[in-house]
Amino acid sequence: MADGSTGEYASEESFPSTWERPTVFYNDAVKWLVYGLLVAFVLWSAWEMRVSADRILAGTEGGIGLVTAMVPPDFTPDARMRIWNGMVESVSMAIVATIIGVVLSTPIAVLAAENLVPRPVYVVGRAIVSISRALHELVLGIIAVIAVGFGPLAGVIALVFATPGFFSKLLAEDLEDIDAGQVDAIRATGANQLQVLLYGVAPQVLPRFIGLAIYRWDINIRASAIIGIVGAGGIGQTLLNSFDQYDYGFSSAIILSIIAVVLLGEVASAWWRRRVQ
Amino acid sequence: MLSVSELGKTYPSGERALHDVSMEVAGKEIVSIIGPSGAGKSTMIRCINRLTEPTEGSIVLDGRDVTGLSGKELQTARREMGMIFQEFNLVERLTVMENVLSGTLGYLSTWNAFRRNYQGEDVERAYEVLDRVGMAGRENARADELSGGQRQRVGIARAVLQRPKIILADEPTSALDPETSRAVMDLLTEISRDEDIPVLINIHEVELAREYAERIVGLREGEVVFEGPPEELDSDARNVIYRGAEPASPTVVAQEKTGVSISEVDKETSF
Ligand SMILES: Nc1ncnc2c1ncn2[C@@H]1O[C@H](COP(=O)(O)OP(=O)(O)O)[C@@H](O)[C@H]1O
Ligand SMILES: [Mg+2]
Repeated sequence: MADGSTGEYASEESFPSTWERPTVFYNDAVKWLVYGLLVAFVLWSAWEMRVSADRILAGTEGGIGLVTAMVPPDFTPDARMRIWNGMVESVSMAIVATIIGVVLSTPIAVLAAENLVPRPVYVVGRAIVSISRALHELVLGIIAVIAVGFGPLAGVIALVFATPGFFSKLLAEDLEDIDAGQVDAIRATGANQLQVLLYGVAPQVLPRFIGLAIYRWDINIRASAIIGIVGAGGIGQTLLNSFDQYDYGFSSAIILSIIAVVLLGEVASAWWRRRVQ
Repeated sequence: MLSVSELGKTYPSGERALHDVSMEVAGKEIVSIIGPSGAGKSTMIRCINRLTEPTEGSIVLDGRDVTGLSGKELQTARREMGMIFQEFNLVERLTVMENVLSGTLGYLSTWNAFRRNYQGEDVERAYEVLDRVGMAGRENARADELSGGQRQRVGIARAVLQRPKIILADEPTSALDPETSRAVMDLLTEISRDEDIPVLINIHEVELAREYAERIVGLREGEVVFEGPPEELDSDARNVIYRGAEPASPTVVAQEKTGVSISEVDKETSF
């Protein structure tokens, strides 16, 4: 116990009238050193890019030129038809890639759940997830285009390989949070391992599973619209062609359509996920 | 008949939860394991069907050594031991019927289990057992809609559907109010009689154990410190189990009243 300073009224001690929030750094010197380094780093990064005032000015002019060329957007019947075709291809790519991706990502999620598999298997599962996460859809798109050529097949492959990075990772986290008691109860009935997964594990994560699948579909729509930029099919490829032909009116029409479809997908996905949960 | 010999369990953490535990359970006996919390009761029950892996000793059920089994054989052995849990452990998002019929998983192929394609005879038994545990008509309710007592009834039905040779129950009444606890104990007694199988129950409440058990095993710090009929569980025996007093005689059974010196008890009660 301390020296009886238990908050008695009689105390004549004087208390300090200032108080400072403890710093997360050791002391003020370290704090200012860290701030100084941060500022220096930002300045160095800016200098490293060599962005001169001239360059910014020229860029602004070019930007204004492009935007002017994009107005009005070209929604002639022919343009509308080409947008529609590209969009149908993109959305189909997204749906097919979601289905295949989810089917492949589910077992990977189990492998990446620490509580369900032995340690070495878990490490392999996590590695697959991390690699898939590390590779952006566009990078995978470039690889897939090189492997199978231009077109929607490359797009689907890219999206499928990108899915575990999202779906398996989040599902694995949910699997790690399940109630072990329910799993024990099913194990105790003499069920085999697959039956334990089906009866003890799956029901606990099913709503989340469906929610994640819809969410992934929404992400895939966004990604499939853009992945065509590297030649992997869909509306992105139409967009790329329009740029190549300096057809900026058509480009802006495509961009507006992509925004509309992505927003629509997002709204639909949010509504649908809410209904499931 | 279940026969446990020299069972030991040391957790990877170094915690020695069980040491040299031997016991037999046979016929349609109701045997109750009592002991303070942390004594190793749950570990004991879970080692028997190997939800927890014992580190020493052996478990033999009807002549078959369960300790060394793996894969399909272990599953078959587990199928023969119905288990009832303190927290009921129903699969919350499944219906009552699916929970009850999950007791037959050990008899079903994975494909049939996935398709909910149960044996007609099992479905019939499921209805019958649900009726017996007082849950008739609730087969389509989801488990998470039920009260604690109802959940435990479904848990018992699930265990019975396994056609077990023994029922293991880990504090089946601890999460229930006194009245429901009694109903659950009555039900377990009845099942034991009707199915002609023994029941091994961990119980926290000594009074329930004395009332329902035909034999009581007292566990303290992972060791058996008492074994005998409820009548022999006098205050001295309870002191030994719950306060760690030295037993008057090597076997606590049938000891004299004077057995434990008071000072001994006092010394050990400073927990
Ligand atoms: N999974 C575990 N890992 C490490 N120690 C454990 C584990 N489960 C139980 N124990 C320890 O083993 C001892 C017995 O626990 P338990 O069997 O749950 O006792 P009871 O059911 O009688 O309360 C306790 O000291 C507990 O801390
Ligand atoms: Mg316990």
